[in-house]
Amino acid sequence: MDTPETSAASAPKPIDIIRAGMRRRKAAEMRFKLYGIVAITCGLLFLAILFVTIIGNAYTAFAQTKINLDFYLDPAVFSADAAPSAEDLSSADYGAIVRDGIRSLFPEVESRGDVRALSALVGRGAVYDLRETVMAAPDLVGKTLTLWVPADDDVDMLMKGHIERSGPEDQRRLSDNQLGWIDQLQADGRLEKRFNTDFFTKGDSREPESAGIWGAVVGSFYTLLVTLLLSFPLGVAAAVYLEEFAPQNRWTDIIEVNINNLAAVPSIVFGLLGLAVFINFFGLPRSVPLVGGLVLTLMTLPTIIIASRAALKSVPPSIREAALGVGASPLQTVTMHVLPLAMPGMLTGTIIGMAQALGESAPLLMIGMVAFIVDIPQGVFDPAAVLPVQIFLWADSPERAFVERTSAAILVLLCFLIAMNAFAVLLRKRFERRW
Amino acid sequence: MNTGDTQKPPPDSRGRSAGEVRRTTVPREHRETVGEVRVENPRIRCTDVNVWYGETHAVHNISIDVGHNEILALIGPSGCGKTTFLRCMNRMNDTIAGCRVEGEILVDGANVNGPEIDVVPLRARMGMVFQKPNPFPKSIFENVAFGPRIHGLTANQLELEEIVVTSLQKAGLWEEVKDRLEEPGTGLSGGQQQRLCIARAIAVQPEVILMDEPCSALDPIATATIENLMVDLSQNYSICIVTHSMQQAARVSQRTAFFHLGDLIEVGETSELFIRPGHQLTEDYITGRFG
Ligand SMILES: Nc1ncnc2c1ncn2[C@@H]1O[C@H](COP(=O)(O)OP(=O)(O)OP(=O)(O)O)[C@@H](O)[C@H]1O
Ligand SMILES: [Mg+2]
Repeated sequence: MDTPETSAASAPKPIDIIRAGMRRRKAAEMRFKLYGIVAITCGLLFLAILFVTIIGNAYTAFAQTKINLDFYLDPAVFSADAAPSAEDLSSADYGAIVRDGIRSLFPEVESRGDVRALSALVGRGAVYDLRETVMAAPDLVGKTLTLWVPADDDVDMLMKGHIERSGPEDQRRLSDNQLGWIDQLQADGRLEKRFNTDFFTKGDSREPESAGIWGAVVGSFYTLLVTLLLSFPLGVAAAVYLEEFAPQNRWTDIIEVNINNLAAVPSIVFGLLGLAVFINFFGLPRSVPLVGGLVLTLMTLPTIIIASRAALKSVPPSIREAALGVGASPLQTVTMHVLPLAMPGMLTGTIIGMAQALGESAPLLMIGMVAFIVDIPQGVFDPAAVLPVQIFLWADSPERAFVERTSAAILVLLCFLIAMNAFAVLLRKRFERRW
Repeated sequence: MNTGDTQKPPPDSRGRSAGEVRRTTVPREHRETVGEVRVENPRIRCTDVNVWYGETHAVHNISIDVGHNEILALIGPSGCGKTTFLRCMNRMNDTIAGCRVEGEILVDGANVNGPEIDVVPLRARMGMVFQKPNPFPKSIFENVAFGPRIHGLTANQLELEEIVVTSLQKAGLWEEVKDRLEEPGTGLSGGQQQRLCIARAIAVQPEVILMDEPCSALDPIATATIENLMVDLSQNYSICIVTHSMQQAARVSQRTAFFHLGDLIEVGETSELFIRPGHQLTEDYITGRFG
């Protein structure tokens, strides 16, 4: 079939056989290329779908409906006599001030039920915003303060079109009265969607309108910092020792097998281990980045060791011989020649490990990092949430407004992952340029 | 005459072990060396050196001396164990897993395999040029400066630069690279890399130089430069050179050793050995009847 029948008489020359086979070989090559292109296209397509859905859900979270109110800071609310102390400032009844602020716009509202419905339009976060502003500038007391404060999440959802206006009143989140007030506020220019800075600067909250991602970002940062500081030096040192210095015997074989096994252990097991060892035995506090970092270190160490060993193995032995041949000590050989060549591979392994750690939630649940934490952590000993756990918590919340925040948090997490991977590529490039 | 069986019997098999019994007995195929292996007042004295790669007995019972101010040429067909033997002298075989060296190698009276020997100064003293050029993936300057720098041979940058320049000049590479010292050594041509490795080896001013086919990729002019360098260096130092070129062995060396399948067949004054070989194999080899 390959060779023409006519030349069958004389024995075919090798070049003819090669020529005859070329079509098949070329076809195989084309097929292989096609498979590759199809695979990559599929991958890109799924990525695009993922991003489109997440961004589609998330982008509304970057705007937040706010109400512009005038607050009269009555000195009587703060303290009986002249100058209010810091304590007075922090413990004053800001709820009342906020309530008065919105009531002053609708003086006709009288009944208690209506007043409650009216003040429900203002988000709970308004109280904290107001207190923060006043504590920062105590001389505002006695004056009237005009401030954009977050609207309640139901108002926000209405503005974003997630809640229906029609339908029977008793099945709606907002009553006819409330809808009327909202329309009036909007007509007065006192209600509008503004960029949601709170989302990027605040910690978690029960109220979606004042829940932010920053606490989780900082928590993740501290956790990863601990992980990186522990796992990179430990992992590299272990890999260098095993690869360059350790004798080849049964013990090193056992260690190698165990490291490979550890890399395959489900991460929640590391969480249980962390709970048993760091919290129950060593008595470290729960929910803190330090313990989270320790647990994630256990989890990422095998990854880093395996990647680092592979990187060391790929350094040609002739380089080691060259260095040893001029009389370099084994340590000099490793630090001056082998490590620089293996560094790009090690860094890639480390960053992959870090990216895994950043996205990990299961082991952190075990050590209590699932707690509801409002304050931004100030260090590795402060209770903190991390990004994936925050996403988990928000995804679990019933309020409609948390849906978009969940997507926005996923987006933030993805951005961090992309940034880390870009950083890995950058580091690689930098190290590789030194041949 | 060779143990032709490719299939390896288990270590405890008695069948083929006659030549493989370790250390005490002479290997089955061992052939006595023809010619005088000893010299007066040797710099290096090797006695009964055996090397195994795992179960493969690569070098059998080799005894040979290298004198002061002498160039010793190691010749023989490919795979006969020249490189393996050369690498025993500065213990480079330590780096190969599964490689075992036995026997005594005295350098200035001290056994290099002895427990009290520190390999770092040993290797600094016995420079090596490897069979395959292996420049560091760093700049040309760094390649040559590495040795002097780690040993602290120079007090300042100026002296270091001087060493680098003279080493490159001696290796006959200076003219070609003087404008590109900061470029990577791996970007040089094969022959240039070979000379770079020679420059790197002589930059630490070793007392013994072990050269494994240093001119295999060089043109006649560059080869002549290296040969002149060897002759110059042999005024003060001892040199062992592995070569596949009979002419080169004849031109530079005082003594020549002929290896065959892991045995040292014959050693002699170069002039003698090439004119009146004492063993049939030597004669066949140098007259080109096999190889
Ligand atoms: N690292 C190694 N592992 C196992 N066997 C080896 C190794 N290096 C060399 N050998 C074997 O030892 C024997 C001697 O090899 P060696 O490299 O010393 O030969 P050579 O004389 O230098 O040859 P050439 O002239 O081709 O360089 C060969 O049979 C070779 O297969
Ligand atoms: Mg060789």
